Amino acid sequence: MSSLSLLSLLIWLPILAAFGILALGPQRAGMARLFALASSLVSLVLSIPLWMNFDKTTAAMQFVEKFNWIPTLNINYHLGVDGIAMPLIVLTTFITVLTILSAWKVIQKNVHQFMAAFLMLEAMMIGVFCAQDAMLFYIFFEAMLIPMFLIIGVWGGPNRVYATIKFFIYTFFGSVFMLIALIYLYMKGGTFNIAEMAAIPLSLTEQIWLFFAFFLAFAVKIPMFPVHTWLPDAHVEAPTAGSVILAAIMLKIGGYGFLRFSLPITPDASSELGWLVITLSLIAIVYIGLIAMVQKDMKKLIAYSSISHMGFVTLGIFIAFMLIAKGGDTHMALEGAMAQMVSHGFISAALFLCVGVLYDRMHTRLIRDYGGVINTMPLFGAFFVFFAMSNAGLPGTSGFVGEFMVILSAFQANFWFAFLAAITLIFGAAYSLWMVKRVVFGEVKSEAVSQLTDITKRETFILAVLAIAVLALGLYPEPLIDVMRVSVSHLIELISISKV
Amino acid sequence: MFGWSELTPALPELIILATACAVLLLGLFSRSEKGGLLVLTSIIGVVFAAIATAKSHMGAHELVKQVLFNGNFVRDYMGDILKIAVYFIMLFVFIYSKQYLRNKNIFKGEFYALMLFGLLGIMIMISGYNYITLYIGLELVALSSYALVAFDRDNAQSNESAMKYFILGAIASGMLLYGMSMIYGATGTLQIDEISAAIGQSQNNLLVVFGLVFVLVGVSFKLGAAPFHMWVPDVYQGAPTATTLFISSAPKIAAFAFAIRILAQSLDGIIDQWQQIVAVIAILSIIIGNLFALQQDNIKRLFAYSTVSHIGFMLLGFLGGEDGYSASMFYIITYALMSVAGFGMIIVLSCKGFEAEKISDFKGLNQRNGWFAFMMLLIIASMAGFPPLVGFISKLVVLKAVVDQGYYVLAGIAVIFAVIGSFYYLKIIKTMYFDESDNDQEITAGFDVKSILSFNALLQLGLLLFIPSILSYGVKAIGSL
Repeated sequence: MSSLSLLSLLIWLPILAAFGILALGPQRAGMARLFALASSLVSLVLSIPLWMNFDKTTAAMQFVEKFNWIPTLNINYHLGVDGIAMPLIVLTTFITVLTILSAWKVIQKNVHQFMAAFLMLEAMMIGVFCAQDAMLFYIFFEAMLIPMFLIIGVWGGPNRVYATIKFFIYTFFGSVFMLIALIYLYMKGGTFNIAEMAAIPLSLTEQIWLFFAFFLAFAVKIPMFPVHTWLPDAHVEAPTAGSVILAAIMLKIGGYGFLRFSLPITPDASSELGWLVITLSLIAIVYIGLIAMVQKDMKKLIAYSSISHMGFVTLGIFIAFMLIAKGGDTHMALEGAMAQMVSHGFISAALFLCVGVLYDRMHTRLIRDYGGVINTMPLFGAFFVFFAMSNAGLPGTSGFVGEFMVILSAFQANFWFAFLAAITLIFGAAYSLWMVKRVVFGEVKSEAVSQLTDITKRETFILAVLAIAVLALGLYPEPLIDVMRVSVSHLIELISISKV
Repeated sequence: MFGWSELTPALPELIILATACAVLLLGLFSRSEKGGLLVLTSIIGVVFAAIATAKSHMGAHELVKQVLFNGNFVRDYMGDILKIAVYFIMLFVFIYSKQYLRNKNIFKGEFYALMLFGLLGIMIMISGYNYITLYIGLELVALSSYALVAFDRDNAQSNESAMKYFILGAIASGMLLYGMSMIYGATGTLQIDEISAAIGQSQNNLLVVFGLVFVLVGVSFKLGAAPFHMWVPDVYQGAPTATTLFISSAPKIAAFAFAIRILAQSLDGIIDQWQQIVAVIAILSIIIGNLFALQQDNIKRLFAYSTVSHIGFMLLGFLGGEDGYSASMFYIITYALMSVAGFGMIIVLSCKGFEAEKISDFKGLNQRNGWFAFMMLLIIASMAGFPPLVGFISKLVVLKAVVDQGYYVLAGIAVIFAVIGSFYYLKIIKTMYFDESDNDQEITAGFDVKSILSFNALLQLGLLLFIPSILSYGVKAIGSL
């Protein structure tokens, strides 16, 4: 297989498979499941050569594919990956397999459509990470909204309509301003190529406008403090698999967007307005952490914890500018943000899967309905506690790596930033462990709990794979950091040169 | 003096005229309830006209403008492209409307004859090179439309909307004629390029600007742009769906051509003046169309308001210079394709004695028929301008042209209202996918209608492959005006 078309294969195979599954019709649910699993496995296998053949010594785009799609607008079908995008693509293919497995039994209605929507979603997300053409990026970025809209809306909980519409309108509203910004940049530079866009000279005022346009799109997606309210609703209503993909991958697209667009295209504005983003991130880390503590619904709690953890990502990204000014270790900040994104991809996925396991058996997500689960589900209890610990940033798990790197670099920038950010280690532990304490330990709460059955082999497999990933990344994060090092250096070079 | 050779550029019009007359006669003698013959004749006529257009397009040097009949009629690149688009849309219209008319038991030959006369009017509007020719074309479309709206003659709603349409349309025509007469008074001619030349030479164009205002009122009315959009929702709702199908698609393309001929070709000398007015009309249409559509529970009415907003978007392109005109042209053609598919879907979901008019009639469509729910999803998503569908690309090219001219605020407003507009489109998707169905009627439409509709909906994706060539047609068309 030629490595030239690897990225295209990763994008188009799931789409083709999705159409194939749709054609199976509603009767052949079993086949739809198998077919979807096979397709997602093929994608996972295809992403192995992506990792293996990746050249860590260059920041240039690799596996590049380019052909002119709409010449009159200079829109190209231009794909490529660097050290920042590649780990996220592998994360996507990896998590997709697990989500499809996790939805194996739960989804009984319109299985073929569910699986097709998931594969579409996978393709769009991989597309977002590969796109080197801003318009192509935008198309993938928006196109993933429709499958997600349907996943929450068709297979979601009782209040799903409200949640989906809110999710859609928020994200759509954020991203259209990015569209205007992209068109404006096209007018300035005559190109939609993201790398070339970074080279367009812009005055500070222009940069500030563009910064806010991009900021709206990505802040909603990641989501940051004042525009985060869609996320808890969407998570609560989404089916387990939807929550997993939303938390594990879709949120990362916001962080990826900051790294890919905001930083290189508007470096001066990002530096000027860094205080704003840092403030919002710290609010997210502390205030949202407090909100997470009082949640009664497990899914809501994990959703808020996600927002709080994403605060670390934005903190790490935007603290880089202060570190450049002060001569601190900028690498650590950005790599910490990336490590946090990947690690959160595993941990949040695992936690949502754990809640899904409980919900499938008890049909409630309220913490107060549980208690003493460990007595009937010992294996599950072990996993749940482990993932809650890693969510709290226990050293040795992946949750620790990113948080610690960001806190360390925050320390170099400003003591109080680091102080506030470090509080989360306490808050995170508080809400995660308190939830686990109430759900897993204690007296057996009710008759229903005492009749629970422990996790099946399929569920054990999913959770075990994730636990291995969390441990591996926590004990030896070097392979991940190593892959992105050169690309991060390149990014730092780009953002340390003022455009004004 | 002209001979046969000079008639060839007008051959498509002649073919359509002959077909219209033939269908009128056939309709009298054909007693068949099914009327397959009439539809077939109409389709054959349109296909022949398409061949004639293609032939004259290739025969003449394609970019050369041929003016005939003493400067009353023109064949140029833009006209050819628009006509080809109209033929395509008319084929869809013929096939969908057959289904509808049979369901409602109002199948009559006149329906097709009227539509063909409407098509003739559309073609004359596209090719008119003189205000009078343009006006004749416009009235031909309007008169056919009035009759088509009232076609379901036992239905009070249909009659009421026809009456409204007729009275308002007559007033708008009067305004238009009054404006044209002012321009004639100022320039001494009604011929497009002569008016342009006269305006270029004159120092004071006050009278022309005065006329322009009235002409714009007329054009906006025909397009259904705010604040002259009042007829649109009532007529769309009241008219038989087969008629709505027609008036929402092909005549919009004609109105675009009409606007290009008048604004861009003859009144190019006072572009600064008309751009200001068009900017206001465009933004008003986008705002009013999207806000009012939010409230609708009748899907035909919802589409009517969404048309208003789409027309606003299309008019926005008129601010973007030549790039803008070609963007508008792309926009209006793709919009007509979506609109015809949207109403086609309503027809396919209707069956004897039941019309899928309410949004709630789409409840649980996904369970009843997953395929058509998916098709409707494509159509709706394209209308809303979600990537990667064609509707997104057409909005993109218009926005690009507008931003290029420095109208950032207008582009911003347009985009914000596109987001607001996405809400009512989402409501339809939500109804189809999330709600439980309350009827489990099978979809009874014939195989031909079903497959053509699927093709039409899949075009929203399929056209993506041809966007470069379609866009370059538009650029060439506007460049060779």
